[in-house]
Amino acid sequence: MSSHDEKVVISGVGLITCFGVGINPLWDAMCEGRTGLHRIERFDPSGFACQVAGELGDEEFNVRKIVPKSHRKATKVMCRDTELAVGAAANAVENAGLITAGNSDETPTIAPDRVGCHIGAGLISAELNELGGALVNSKREDGSFDLTHWGAEGMQNLSPLWLLKYLPNMLACHVTIVHDCQGPSNTITCCEASSGLSIAESRRVIQRGDADVCLSGGAEDRVNPLALYRQHCTGRLTETDGSGEMSSVVRPFSDTANGTVIGEGGGIMIVESATSCESRTGIPWCTIEGIGCRQSCTDSPLDADSQTITSAINRALDEAKCSASDIDVIVPLGSGIKQVDSAERDGLTAVFGDALPSIPMITTIPYTGNCMAGNGAIGIGVAAKAIKEQMIPARLGADSTVGLSAGTCNAKEMNINRILLVTPSEGGQCVAMVLGRVGT
Amino acid sequence: MCRHGAWEGGYMTRVVVTGMGWVTPLGHDLDTVWERMCNSESAIELIDRFDASSFPTKFAGQVRNFDWTKYVNDVSVHRSPALNSQFALGAAKQAWEQAGLGQYSELNFDRAGIYLGAGEGVLDFSAHSMIDTHAWNVEDGKIDSIAWAKFASEQLDAWGEVEQEPNMPLWHVAKEYGLRGPSFNCLTACAASTQAIGEATSVLLHGDADVMLSGGTHTMLHALGITGFNRLTALSTFDGDPKKASKPFSRDRGGFVMGEGSGMLVLETLEHALERGASPLAEIIGFGSSADAYRITDLHPEGRGPAAAIRNALSQAKINPSETIEGKPLIQYISAHGTSTQENDSIETKAIKHIFGENAQKVPVSSIKSMMGHLIAAAGSVELITCIMSIQTGMLVPTINLDNPDPELDLDYVPNVARKAQVNCCMSNSFGFGGQNNTLVVKRFDE
Repeated sequence: MSSHDEKVVISGVGLITCFGVGINPLWDAMCEGRTGLHRIERFDPSGFACQVAGELGDEEFNVRKIVPKSHRKATKVMCRDTELAVGAAANAVENAGLITAGNSDETPTIAPDRVGCHIGAGLISAELNELGGALVNSKREDGSFDLTHWGAEGMQNLSPLWLLKYLPNMLACHVTIVHDCQGPSNTITCCEASSGLSIAESRRVIQRGDADVCLSGGAEDRVNPLALYRQHCTGRLTETDGSGEMSSVVRPFSDTANGTVIGEGGGIMIVESATSCESRTGIPWCTIEGIGCRQSCTDSPLDADSQTITSAINRALDEAKCSASDIDVIVPLGSGIKQVDSAERDGLTAVFGDALPSIPMITTIPYTGNCMAGNGAIGIGVAAKAIKEQMIPARLGADSTVGLSAGTCNAKEMNINRILLVTPSEGGQCVAMVLGRVGT
Repeated sequence: MCRHGAWEGGYMTRVVVTGMGWVTPLGHDLDTVWERMCNSESAIELIDRFDASSFPTKFAGQVRNFDWTKYVNDVSVHRSPALNSQFALGAAKQAWEQAGLGQYSELNFDRAGIYLGAGEGVLDFSAHSMIDTHAWNVEDGKIDSIAWAKFASEQLDAWGEVEQEPNMPLWHVAKEYGLRGPSFNCLTACAASTQAIGEATSVLLHGDADVMLSGGTHTMLHALGITGFNRLTALSTFDGDPKKASKPFSRDRGGFVMGEGSGMLVLETLEHALERGASPLAEIIGFGSSADAYRITDLHPEGRGPAAAIRNALSQAKINPSETIEGKPLIQYISAHGTSTQENDSIETKAIKHIFGENAQKVPVSSIKSMMGHLIAAAGSVELITCIMSIQTGMLVPTINLDNPDPELDLDYVPNVARKAQVNCCMSNSFGFGGQNNTLVVKRFDE
């Protein structure tokens, strides 16, 4: 058999969002129409135009509690992004019913050299208190910074392993150590498209025969002054001091949309060959039926392009051997960034035509904020849950979204066989994915 | 279940290299850099991009006299690209032209993709250090975020911060050539561009594209980058002639030397290349990838991860490392990761010996990092180009500064002087901080 044709499934879902660890806290909130966005508490955001985020409280998640004792010391060199990835991975492994070095001393379900790991990551921003606390030692009396002092003495105030906290591949590094994943491992850094592209790569790795299972997805923390400022520089954030109604801060596809908000979180999926899943009597959430990846060539890397979106979707549909009429639900990026929303609308219209307004959408950013490299994985996890529950959650944002079924609504049951996800990213990458109900 | 060797079983095509380009501390075109490496030249000099005179490490392989504007059609399209994107544009132009794609009017741009291993943009350390120190609240012992935001909006260049994203080189290069196909950027530290090329090959074999521009670009040659690696004690602090500082496989090797730059290759399916009349330079026949999954700061003592990557790559290439033809191993050159750190060079040697057994001593191994430093994410792509140049020219470039060999490391490291050799098949290793290991096998193109 050609491994190119190997069917690949999602056999475990691990999420981490502002609602906590796992798909259920998020799913419950989404079904109730309850946003997780609030005014930032981790630092005083008063100096920023956008003071709202999807922030996970310390009481909801402590990475030290979920890593094996042997890895507890290493948590000291984890940045927040890595903590999130490690949390999501533990949740995914448990959800899939896998035994790994991370949760048991028993023989692992899958041989370590057959387990890959592809985790999307962002540009990890330094913790300013850590870096600032070191830099301030090299401040001259006149207030200027003394680089000569820094080179000779000041840098000694930084922890020796400081750099290792901020390399994007440290998310995968820690996860592979905790779960003893010795197969192919990669770190995709393509902003919002990172998670989807990671899953595309995991599937390709499995299909070419280099792994049976991959821990795959992405995570990112943007609730940090430097990261928030960098997003501010893109002009993509809405302006809010956090005093208004949080459920409509982000209004995807609305005429009144005026930007997005950031979040922290992400997800790890257990991407597995159907043969492997079946042989260990795993229970797949859904199948990965088709993926399309494209690049836009717009005049600004911050803009999305409808043609690119259309092309990515068509490629995903081709691979899935289905047509637009076979899609029951769409999970767009739905960021509330006007230009990106507009490109998504046009790109989807080119594929679905007049049928588009009748296809319900699921939008996650009004609940979690834009978790960038982790955002796609959150969408994929929610889509997998929707297929499993045969239900779409409530939508937040605006009442009216002309030409799209993306306005506010309650949760509802529906027959779902296929969901299309599409994620255009800052930087111009775009990934579309068709997930299918098992057995259809 | 299908395990290794699936490429041959599952795919009907082959992947060839039709264009190459690089921007390195030794120069900005294929011939100059190659000639200088064959002459055993070093590009390591004192850093002059910032005042590093008080830093533990004061030298690096710095790209000099490079003008990115000569490599693009319209400068205004790119606004103000960060240095990593500038290098990428320079290397990509060379590769694109050598492949003859500039003159090919029938390229389907939806099937022309890009897969880079690009690092982040250059941090404006001068501005960031000023902002952080001015916003430091002495009483609280932490940053005053309100003051920080104010200083940041006054001092930081907004576009410069956008250019920090590691996927920006992807956008610049894709925009320059109109590439609309599959598009990825990976950042697995020192292994990134080897991984990018391996996965780009996989994209082609999977049938998702006809052409992939692939490679890497990176610079960490800024005050915070040098700081980070100095604190890790990974960089050489050699206090003699900088040109002698990078000494892979030497007994007295004392850490790696920072470099910067970019290497780019045009990869194509064989059918596509032949159909448009292109001349393949080489064929990529194997890619192996693994994770150490061991410790944050240490390599597995037996080189488990690197050995797995090498084994998988050779397996996909259907090369038996123990086999010889007329007394010669089937791999005739290995471009080593060869960083000049105690641990890497020892573990890499161990992994090569583990896989090649008695043949290990017969395979020439060299590290070009001895001459240009460590290009971090871009290192693997430049080293793969070195392999292909060896096949084309019949020359092996040396490991320079190997005057005091480590008695524990007993392979043929092509010490100090280039040599002639008949080379048909090469292997290139890249092992990253963080535990990702990648190996590529490339061979002379043969219809």
